[in-house]
Amino acid sequence: MADYKIHMLVCGGTGCKSSQSQILAEHLRTEIKNQGLDDFAQVVGTGCFGFCEKGPIVKIIPDNTFYTQVKPEDAKEIVEEHVVKGRKVSRLLYKDPKTEKIVMDSRGMEFYKKQMRIALRNCGVIDPENIEEYIARDGYSALGKVLTSMTPEETINVIKKAGLRGRGGAGFPTGLKWEITRQSPGSEKYVVCNADEGDPGAFMDRSILEGDPHSVIEAMAINGFCTGASNGLVYIRAEYPLAIERLKKAIEQARQYGLLGKNIFGTEFGFDITLRYGAGAFVCGEETALIHSMEGGRGEPTMKPPFPSVKGYLGKPTNVNNVETFASIPVIINKGWEWYNTIGTEKSKGTKVFALAGKVNNVGLIEVPMGITLREVIFEIGGGIKNGKKFKGVQIGGPSGGCLTYKHLDVPIDYESLIAAGAMMGSGGMIIMDEDDCMVDVAKYFLDFTVDESCGKCTPCRVGNKRMHELLTSITKGNGTEEDIDRLINLGNVIKDTSLCMLGQSAPNPVLSILDNFRDEYEAHIHDKKCPSGVCKALMRYEIVEENCCGCTACARACPVGAITGERKEVHRIDPALCIKCGACLDRCKFNAVIVN
Amino acid sequence: MDKIKNLADLRNLKDKLQSKTKLREKSEVPEQMIQVKVAMATCCIASGSRETMNYIVDELDKRNIDAVVTQTGCMGYCYAEPTVEVTLPGKEPVVFGYVDARKADEIIEKYIKAGTLVEGIIPVNYQKIENN
Ligand SMILES: Cc1cc2nc3c(=O)[nH]c(=O)nc-3n(C[C@H](O)[C@H](O)[C@H](O)COP(=O)(O)O)c2cc1C
Ligand code: SF4
Ligand code: SF4
Ligand code: SF4
Ligand code: FES
Ligand code: FES
Repeated sequence: MADYKIHMLVCGGTGCKSSQSQILAEHLRTEIKNQGLDDFAQVVGTGCFGFCEKGPIVKIIPDNTFYTQVKPEDAKEIVEEHVVKGRKVSRLLYKDPKTEKIVMDSRGMEFYKKQMRIALRNCGVIDPENIEEYIARDGYSALGKVLTSMTPEETINVIKKAGLRGRGGAGFPTGLKWEITRQSPGSEKYVVCNADEGDPGAFMDRSILEGDPHSVIEAMAINGFCTGASNGLVYIRAEYPLAIERLKKAIEQARQYGLLGKNIFGTEFGFDITLRYGAGAFVCGEETALIHSMEGGRGEPTMKPPFPSVKGYLGKPTNVNNVETFASIPVIINKGWEWYNTIGTEKSKGTKVFALAGKVNNVGLIEVPMGITLREVIFEIGGGIKNGKKFKGVQIGGPSGGCLTYKHLDVPIDYESLIAAGAMMGSGGMIIMDEDDCMVDVAKYFLDFTVDESCGKCTPCRVGNKRMHELLTSITKGNGTEEDIDRLINLGNVIKDTSLCMLGQSAPNPVLSILDNFRDEYEAHIHDKKCPSGVCKALMRYEIVEENCCGCTACARACPVGAITGERKEVHRIDPALCIKCGACLDRCKFNAVIVN
Repeated sequence: MDKIKNLADLRNLKDKLQSKTKLREKSEVPEQMIQVKVAMATCCIASGSRETMNYIVDELDKRNIDAVVTQTGCMGYCYAEPTVEVTLPGKEPVVFGYVDARKADEIIEKYIKAGTLVEGIIPVNYQKIENN
């Protein structure tokens, strides 16, 4: 049978699935059948395209048509118009938010132009539930190459020379970690894939596992060969049901094909993988806590050293790597370290996946070469700030990271430059803020998260962060003093220096970096008792402008707490002590007499 | 399913499967592909364009020619149906009329393979067929 001439790639990632992409795929299949085109066009369920917000996505190959927000009802039109008559359905085509122009070919989308997909190479391209599509795209050839023609040392050397660093947050050199695990004495060793991904808004690892689970399986086996481990464990959060299902299916298929199990590629090497489920505590992503959790203990971090590479799961040498780190491995083996080395900056090689969120036009999942600037990511790939508002800041590195401002827009994204600027790479969360965001409130939001997620084992983190949170709350309520700023700085530094694990050590980062970059906003709250962005409710005052008020009483009748007084046809007044800032009077007044300060 | 027992097994399997996903890679550089568009509006189908299309698809495969074949709407040359547009990499598209199996064979052998023009081109004020 001839190969299909049209491939209709329908996104089956969590985002698109939740808006009926599966039913859509079924409808497309039915329509194709009805047209008698089963041998001509094929419907493929893929992983995430990174464009979830505009999902469900359907991409049509070979003409690179990118349909967004496609509903099951659209299936008929797509097949009749596009597949049969070769006419694109314009109303479903992606429209550039800046130019308002329809994009005919997805290669013309700003969103994709500066991206470089290595870890995400197969996401949105292959059917993750079909191992044959992975094999067709060079899958398992890196494992085959390593097992049949390389020694563990040679393989580790390739990873070292490639310059790959851990994508889970700390950026530790991956090859070196593999070498340490290899050299740690012990007949039994473990490979662990950290798929706990707990940063708010982050879904990099989930998308890789949903869109290309075999790349992680293949890399874990390569790691087993290099370190001398024959058991792999994936620690994955139970809230990722689709990723778990796809991973299970992939492991099963790999076993059927003899790519997991005994004597892989006819060699002595054997390897298999099992899953362990996390309950979703952020701190369980920290590697020592993760290992304790897998052992059945409490998910609390312990002091390092000893590092897991020396003494990890069940006391045995354990190599822990992040999902994205693993997903990059097979490509490096196949294409060579020399190739990988040309991508990125001097000390940060390769690409990094980010989850773009917040006030940008194109929110989604992106993969970019290291060294790209924040400006390129936010204003080109991200398509700039929503609704033509002004850019204010960007939080990088999740709750452990820092908040940078327009001053930093030309900072290249690499491990060192981000730290020097006061943020960090972290696992790849990137939240963009505009002029409407109050930075004191943003700092409080991230601290909220860490206070909630602190395991409580050590005092600086458990108590210190809570005190910082109280100080911030008091500032947003208008009760802050000048000394509070110094207190925040001192306390923050003590917490950073004395907490046991990185959760505590990094928790004050958003607060401190926002103090560095947006001190004027803190000061406005403290001295002027004003929230410049109008977010902190406690600092807002509803007032009635005498000249405009005609005494219609509409506001007084709308006020749920009776804070407005005044006779009919006379000027009304709001009692600030009673007002709960609900805004009802503002909505009701037809004479623009109610204002907010 | 047979297990993959060695590297040769994997390579063989990959060779067998490769063509199934190749189109997705090729679509990243359509300029470098041979593109064939067969007009498939109602009237064309009546005049045998579906048979022409199937013939072209099968023959390109048989003769190991890497090309992208798509259907398109009415090209406006109904008098010359079935019509077929061929775009060779780096060249302007060319439309052929009255393409039956014999003509298709000639187009594949002479124009697609060797780049020499064959009779039956629809010339006058031809404008590139856009997909929109
Ligand atoms: C509070 C906390 C949470 C973490 N969460 C994750 C996580 O969700 N995923 C992850 O891969 N690493 C996480 N890490 C980093 C891991 O401890 C570890 O460094 C990483 O898994 C090592 O893999 P890599 O070298 O490939 O990055 C976390 C660290 C801390 C302190
Ligand atoms: S720093 Fe926080 S999360 Fe880490 S061990 Fe201490 S209390 Fe637990
Ligand atoms: S609704 Fe407006 S105009 Fe009417 S009484 Fe209230 S403030 Fe005055
Ligand atoms: S904001 Fe709400 S509570 Fe305050 S005066 Fe207006 S209606 Fe009353
Ligand atoms: S939710 Fe698909 S990963 Fe967007
Ligand atoms: S889930 Fe469909 S584009 Fe992300």
